[in-house]
Amino acid sequence: MSSQDDLDKLLTKLHNFHGGLHLPEHKQESLQHPIADAGLPQQLVIPLRQHIGRAAKATVKAGDKVLKGERIAEAEGAISAPVHAPTSGTVKAIEVHAIPHPAALPDTCIVIEPDGNDQWTEKPAAILDYLSASPDILLQRIHNSGIVGMGGAAFPSHAKLLYGLKRNLHTLIINGAECEPYITCDDILMQERADDIVTGIEIILHLLGLERCLIGIEDNKPDAIAAMQQAIKVTSLKRTRVIEIPTIYPSGGEKQLIQLMTGEEVPSDGLPADIGMVCHNVGTMAAVRDAVLDGRPLISRIVTISGEGISEPRNLHALIGTPISHLIQAAGGYTDKARQLVYGGPMMGISLPDDQVPLTKGGNCVLALSENEAPDPEKARACIRCGKCADVCPVKLLPQQLYWYSHAKDFDKVQDYNLFDCIECGCCTHVCPSNIQLVHYFRFAKTEIWKQEEEKRKADHARRRHEARTARLERIAAERKSRLRKKKEDLEQKKPAAGKADAGDPKKAAIEAAMKRVADKKKAAQEKQQ
Amino acid sequence: MRFPLYSSPHGIQENHVTRLMAQVLLALVPGIIASWWFFGWGVLIQIAIATLTAVGAEIAIIRMRKRDALPVIKDLSAVVTAVLFALAIPPFLPWWMTVAGVLFGIIIVKQLYGGLGYNPFNPAMAAYVFLLISFPVEMTRWNAPLELVTADPGLLASLSIIFTSVMPEGLSWDAITMATPLDEMRTRLEMGEMIYEIREIPGWGDFGGIGREQVAFWFMVGGIFMLWRKVISWHIPLSMIAAMFILSSATWLAEPDVNPVPVFHIIGGGFMLGAFFIATDPVSAATTKKGQIIYGALIGILIYIIRNWGGYPDAVAFAVLLMNMAAPTIDYYTQPKVYGQAEEEDEQKKVTSDEN
Ligand code: SF4
Ligand code: SF4
Repeated sequence: MSSQDDLDKLLTKLHNFHGGLHLPEHKQESLQHPIADAGLPQQLVIPLRQHIGRAAKATVKAGDKVLKGERIAEAEGAISAPVHAPTSGTVKAIEVHAIPHPAALPDTCIVIEPDGNDQWTEKPAAILDYLSASPDILLQRIHNSGIVGMGGAAFPSHAKLLYGLKRNLHTLIINGAECEPYITCDDILMQERADDIVTGIEIILHLLGLERCLIGIEDNKPDAIAAMQQAIKVTSLKRTRVIEIPTIYPSGGEKQLIQLMTGEEVPSDGLPADIGMVCHNVGTMAAVRDAVLDGRPLISRIVTISGEGISEPRNLHALIGTPISHLIQAAGGYTDKARQLVYGGPMMGISLPDDQVPLTKGGNCVLALSENEAPDPEKARACIRCGKCADVCPVKLLPQQLYWYSHAKDFDKVQDYNLFDCIECGCCTHVCPSNIQLVHYFRFAKTEIWKQEEEKRKADHARRRHEARTARLERIAAERKSRLRKKKEDLEQKKPAAGKADAGDPKKAAIEAAMKRVADKKKAAQEKQQ
Repeated sequence: MRFPLYSSPHGIQENHVTRLMAQVLLALVPGIIASWWFFGWGVLIQIAIATLTAVGAEIAIIRMRKRDALPVIKDLSAVVTAVLFALAIPPFLPWWMTVAGVLFGIIIVKQLYGGLGYNPFNPAMAAYVFLLISFPVEMTRWNAPLELVTADPGLLASLSIIFTSVMPEGLSWDAITMATPLDEMRTRLEMGEMIYEIREIPGWGDFGGIGREQVAFWFMVGGIFMLWRKVISWHIPLSMIAAMFILSSATWLAEPDVNPVPVFHIIGGGFMLGAFFIATDPVSAATTKKGQIIYGALIGILIYIIRNWGGYPDAVAFAVLLMNMAAPTIDYYTQPKVYGQAEEEDEQKKVTSDEN
C-alpha cells in the first residue's frame, strides 16, 4: 500500500461491501436554497456531553457573563472535548435538560441567555504557517477548540488523531459520502466551502505526517465532487484524490467507506488506525480549518432540516445549543403532515418526543416526517428465516440468528454470532418482511450484555471486597492464634527445662504435674470466688 | 407538539410477508393451469378443499389460543401450504384424506410448533408423507393425463369421485388411472427392460410423461418469476437441480440402456415443484447462502438415491423432510465471514504457524 502510483489504480478500481440498500434519496428537497443563518434564539442550551467519552466539566456558574467563543466547560480525561459559548450573554443556569438521546434521557446543560451583541472573546492567534507548525501545537489547538467528529458519531477529533499518531499511518480518509437519505449538510458544505475543507485536509495531513488522502463522495453529488476536485487542483496536494463511490447505503459508514475505496477491512475489534488509516468527516475538516486559521472554536454547524413535515426544507447554519423548535421555525415551521420528529437521518437517527431539545455538535439533520414517509411500524410477525436481512447486512452478520438469540435472551449465543460487530445501520429492519424491529433487539441485547458485565464487575468488586475482608479477619484470627501458640510454646519450653532435671524419673514428674494442675485449679477457683 | 417515539430506522419497510406469499401463489398459477389442463378438475377441487381446510383449521386453533386470527390468516402462509399440498397429491384422492392431511400439516406440524416461523418441518411435505404412509394405495393412484384416456371425467364426475368415491356410470379406475412415468420406469427397469423399450409404450413425451413434463415446465416458469422478483434466491433450486443433473448424467453416460436421460429425473415427479416451491420454503430450509447450496445439493442427491434404491418412486417429500432436520446444523457450520474478521484469523494462523 505504499507504492507511489497505487492511487490512480484506486480511482479506476472500486471495491464493494456486502449488501447495502438503494434507498429513495430525498436529497433535492433541502438543496433548493443556499445555506441560511438560523439566527439567534432566545436561549441556548449547551449539553456538557455532546461527544463520545466523558462529559465536559462546567467552568462557569449561573449568573456569569460569557463572551462568544469563551470556554464554558473543560475536557475531562483523554476522551472528552471542551465546550464554548456560542454567543455572548449570561449563564442562566447549569441544569438537567432534555437533550437528543436515544432513550430520551435528560442530561446536564449550560443554559445561556444571549445578550444580542454576539461579542467575541479574545480569540487565540491564527496559525498561519500551519504547514511548518509542530503537530503538537496543531493538536493542542484542535483539542482546545472542542472539535469532534461532525458526521454524527461525535468522537473527539484530537483523541482520534493522537491514537493515529501512535500508529503507522499511510492514508487519511475523508468521508463526504453522506449516504443517509435527506441529509445534505455535507453536500452543501462541499459545494460552498470546498477550499476550506481542503485547507483542513492540508492541516491534518501535515499534522499526521501523511501525503496520501482519499476523499470518498457518493456519485449522486456531482456538484460537490466538482467543487472538491477544483479546490484540490489549486493546492500543492499531490496525493489527494476524490473518489466517486456508488450511491449505496451505508457507504458512509467508516468501515464500509474504507472497504469501498481500498478493499481493506478494519479488524473487527480494531480501529482504522490499526490498518494505517484514519477517517474524518468533511465537516470536521472545515471546523479544523476554522480553529487553526481563525481561532474559532466549534460553536456552530450546518444542519439539514427536511421531511414532508417541514414547510421549507433547507440547510441552516446554526449555533450549537439552538433549540430544535427554533430551527424548525427558521425552516418555515411544520406543515400539518408532520408526524414524527427525527434527530439524524431516517436510518440511524433517534426519535425525538418533542422539539425542546438543543442542537449538538454531532447533529447533522432534523427531520419532520409524514405518515407517508414513515408510517407507524406494523406489528411484527414471527421471523420466517427468509434471509433477506442477511443479504443486505454490510457486516455480513446473520440478523435472523441474532434476532433469534436476542429474543431468547441467550446472550452468549448472540455474541457467538458477532452481535458487537453490528453497526446498527438499519438495513436489516428495512427489508424484513415480518416487520421485525431487528436493530431494536440488537440494541437491547447490547445494553443487556453491558449491564450484565457491569453487574458482574460490581459483583466481582463486592466479592473481592468480601474476600479481602474475610482474608483480613482470618489473618487477624490466625495472628492471634499464632501469638497464643507462641506464648504456650514459650511456656512449654520453660517447662521442659524444669522437667529435664528430673527426667530420670518420669513417674515422679507425672505426679508433680498432676499435683500442680490440682493446685492451679484450686487457685483458679479461689480467684473466681473472690 | 408531541411526537411518538420509535426505534430506528424510520422509513418505510420494503417487504411484507403477505406480499411475498401472494407472489408465491401467483408464481404457482401457470403450473396450476397446466395441471388442470392435463389432469382435469380434480386438481382444482383438491386445491379448494385443502385451502378451505387449512384456513378453517388455522382460524380455529388461533381462536382457541384466544388470539386475533385475522392477522395470522392474512399472511397467506396457510394458503400456500394448502396449495402446495394439493398439487402434490393425486387429483382424485378422497376428500377426507385431503382434509386429514391438511389438518395434520396445519395443526400438528405448523401451529403446535408455534405457527409460521417456528415449524422445523415443511408442513405440506410432512402432511404428504403422513398420508403416503397411512394410505399408500390411494396416495399412489394417479390419473392419467387426459390426452391418453378416452373417458374424461368432467367437473361433476370429478366431484363425485372425490366426495363419494363412487365412479360415475361408464367410468372405472382402470380407465382413468395409470402408473406415473417414474413408477413405470422403475418397475420396468426392475423387470429388466431397456430404456428404449420402455419409451416405446404410449404416454411418453420428449423427456418424461406427456403432461407431466409440461406441468414441470410451467412450475419452472413460476420459479423463474420468483427469482426475478427476489422472492427466492437461486441457491437452493440451482444446487438441487445441478446435483440431480450431475448424478443422473454420470449414471446415464455410464449405462444409457438402464438409466433414463438426466432431464427425466429433473422434470419427473415433484422435482420442479420441489426445487422452486418446496425446498425454498424459508422457514424450514437453511438460511445462510453457503448453507443453502449444501442444503439444495443434498436434497437433490437424496432424491436420486431414494428414487433409485429406496422404497418409494418419488422422494421429494422425504428428502426435504430429512434435510429440514439437518438445516440448523448446516446453518451453524456455514456462517459467513463477518466484516473485519478475516485478518484476525489470518493473524491467528500466522501466530500458530510461528509457534510451530
Ligand atoms: S428478514 Fe426478517 S423474516 Fe427474514 S430472516 Fe431476517 S428477521 Fe427473519
Ligand atoms: S443493523 Fe446490524 S445486523 Fe442489521 S444490517 Fe446493519 S450491521 Fe447488519
